[in-house]
Amino acid sequence: MLLNQFLLLSAFLFGTGIYGVLTRKHAVLVLMSIELMLAAVNINLVAFGAFRGGEVAVVGQVFALFVLTIAAAEVGVGLAIVLLIYRNSHSADLDDVDSMKG
Amino acid sequence: MFFLDNAWLVPLIPALSFVVILLFGKRMPFKGSEMGIAAVGASFVLACGAAVQWIQRVGDAEEGGTEHAFGAFGAFGRSIGRIGEEATEGEHGPIVESVHNSFTWFQNGGIDLHVGIQIDGLSVMMMFVVTLISLLVHVYSVDYMKGDRRFTYFYAALSLFTASMLLLVVADNTLMLLVGWELVGVCSFMLIGHWWEEKPNSDAAIKAFLTTRTGDVGLLCGVIMTYFVVQQGTGTGSFNIEALNASAAGYLNPVSGTLLFWCAAALLLAIIGKSGQFPLHTWLPDAMAGPTPVSALIHAATMVVAGVYLGARVYPVFYEGLNIGEANINLMAAVGGITVLIGAALAFVQDDIKKVLAYSTISQLGYMVMALGVGAWTAAIFHLFTHAFFKALLFLAAGSVSHSGAHHSFDMKKDMGGLRKYMPQTYVTFIIGTAALMGIFPLAGFWSKDEILLGASEGDYTLFLVVGAVGALMTAAYMTRCIYLTFFGEYRGGDHAHATPHVDEAEHQPDEDDRLPDHGHHGGPHESNRWILAPLWVLAAFSVFAGFFNATWFDIEKFTEWTAPNAEVFVELQHHEFDVLLALISTAIALFGAALAYAYYWRGLGPQRLSERNGLARTGKQFLVNKYYLDVLYTDVIVAFVKGPLARATYWVNQNVIDNVLNYAGKGAMVFGRFTYDVLDQKVVDGAVNGIGTITDSAGSEVRKIQTGRLQFYAFMLVLAVGVFALALWIAA
Repeated sequence: MLLNQFLLLSAFLFGTGIYGVLTRKHAVLVLMSIELMLAAVNINLVAFGAFRGGEVAVVGQVFALFVLTIAAAEVGVGLAIVLLIYRNSHSADLDDVDSMKG
Repeated sequence: MFFLDNAWLVPLIPALSFVVILLFGKRMPFKGSEMGIAAVGASFVLACGAAVQWIQRVGDAEEGGTEHAFGAFGAFGRSIGRIGEEATEGEHGPIVESVHNSFTWFQNGGIDLHVGIQIDGLSVMMMFVVTLISLLVHVYSVDYMKGDRRFTYFYAALSLFTASMLLLVVADNTLMLLVGWELVGVCSFMLIGHWWEEKPNSDAAIKAFLTTRTGDVGLLCGVIMTYFVVQQGTGTGSFNIEALNASAAGYLNPVSGTLLFWCAAALLLAIIGKSGQFPLHTWLPDAMAGPTPVSALIHAATMVVAGVYLGARVYPVFYEGLNIGEANINLMAAVGGITVLIGAALAFVQDDIKKVLAYSTISQLGYMVMALGVGAWTAAIFHLFTHAFFKALLFLAAGSVSHSGAHHSFDMKKDMGGLRKYMPQTYVTFIIGTAALMGIFPLAGFWSKDEILLGASEGDYTLFLVVGAVGALMTAAYMTRCIYLTFFGEYRGGDHAHATPHVDEAEHQPDEDDRLPDHGHHGGPHESNRWILAPLWVLAAFSVFAGFFNATWFDIEKFTEWTAPNAEVFVELQHHEFDVLLALISTAIALFGAALAYAYYWRGLGPQRLSERNGLARTGKQFLVNKYYLDVLYTDVIVAFVKGPLARATYWVNQNVIDNVLNYAGKGAMVFGRFTYDVLDQKVVDGAVNGIGTITDSAGSEVRKIQTGRLQFYAFMLVLAVGVFALALWIAA
């Protein structure tokens, strides 16, 4: 089995995610980009698991499941925060969220 | 066993009453007196309950239900098989364990200090006596102190006085005993100086306080030493009294004889100070400056008997430390014996009725200490028991005489005489008290004094038997003189402004006085009212019957039985059979003494006014009047020595040595301080502190620039850092 195509896909997705996080101004888009990064990580986990085979394959998949669960929770919390920010400042632009600036 | 386990309530109630009276007394309808009487009454009821339960406990033990729980020994963790065996042999009779109830006060350096009660026959007896006398004194004071400007304060102090003495009595360790002891001293100071506006009164209070303090130094040293006695005896140091007694009595590990001797000597000093023993007895007559009820309380129940109580409580220390069992003279007996004689001799030359009684107390306390010294433990505390009643009676009767018959004076020669006719009830009770004090059969004093003499004769202390007999003779004589001057002859108080004795009122309606509106300014001598007479009659009853608790002649030895200490932790006490011959002789001696005084004063026989004609007699009388020059010795010799040369020497040292040292030290300190300020503080320390501040400040103002508040900038920094680390790892690999 070839590992490289999975790793390349994963790297592409991760890079896209980082790009999105650093450049998008809208908070929802940033969250989506984070999801992309997590998906890239999942691909890596499953791919390495499958590559090693046996018990490790299961470990990789279980790990991926955990990451999915955490990601869901994170998005839930993150979207709630964004919603509240939007309600308070009528904007979901991350540059506007600087009230804690020192 | 409610009353025994909870005997701590007995001192607690008067202590609370003290606080309540102090805070709210003035607003109460009877100015706080009702509170004091109620509190002491409650304590008295509790003490009676404790006495009944204790007697039951003794009875149970005698019926064979002896419990060997060794509760006392559990406290200091020691197996005592040996003593148990000894006890079951039947030598000691039934063992009645004392009741304990204690908790840890605080721990310091691995030492547990406890607060707790130890109740046995001795403390039950003391609780009964203290609460009873105190209750009667409280009642008596309602009328006696009526209209006093510090009436409420007086009751508060009486309550605290009672509470302190009770605390001392129930204490289960010497440290707590010390606390009670000092509190008693403070209260006596407050009460002796009750009328402090007059200089002699406050002087007397200070004298009493300082003189007893001299003894208290001994107590402090002694208490510290008791800790080490217990340490040697049981392996772990403690202030527990039963542990101390068991250690001293030699039931546990051997204790150094030297340590015991010094411990006994230090505690004896405490007894000398508190119980008015020679040579520290000088405060006791001066303490008469206080109100009469206070004198009664001090002399009968609280204060002075504290010393005797201490002696009885830790008796094994004295017994072993001073070798009482084997010697035929020892320090304790000697102190007591001397005190018996000097106290009695001084009583002859007093004109003040209270001072006669004060010296009589000194002499009787001498009997008690002497009894302890000759090994007659039971006799000592029995005498304490009976003496409390008749001495309180005598003081209260003297107060009644002064209050209603002599214009508040106590001078027998100037203001009394012939009062028998005006104050029949006071007269009868005073006679009863006197007879009890003389030891006339079958009153209380007869039985207890006889036991002391018996103890001295059986313990090879023949010298002290003689001392006791001479003391009895003198007691009878000076008390007869006192009665003569007070109640017989012509009334001498008549030269006061408005005083003509009106016999009619006094004899026919002695109780009418209750209703006289202006009690303080009566015309002539008359009987006191019910508040004063009731305590007198109660005490008179006790003076008559208290002796029958231990009427050895009739084989009644209830007192011995009830107060017998726990034999497991105490030295073996002697037991004497009643000696009819000795009793007859001592009674005959007392009667002889009374007869001598009778012949001298009533019949005018013997060498009248000898001191005016004979130089030797005059010198002797002067010697007595000046109280053996002990006060002169203390103030003019000892104090003057300390004041004069010592003060000058101290001044010289102060000026030349200490001042120079201080000056140079000051200058040196100044130079050093200047250097420190200029160089160390200003340059080094400040520089460092300022430098750190500056660095932090500038670093902060630089670093804060990257805190833009823009989330994505932070994320960028994060990614950058991760990239840098990854690069570093890659290069390293």
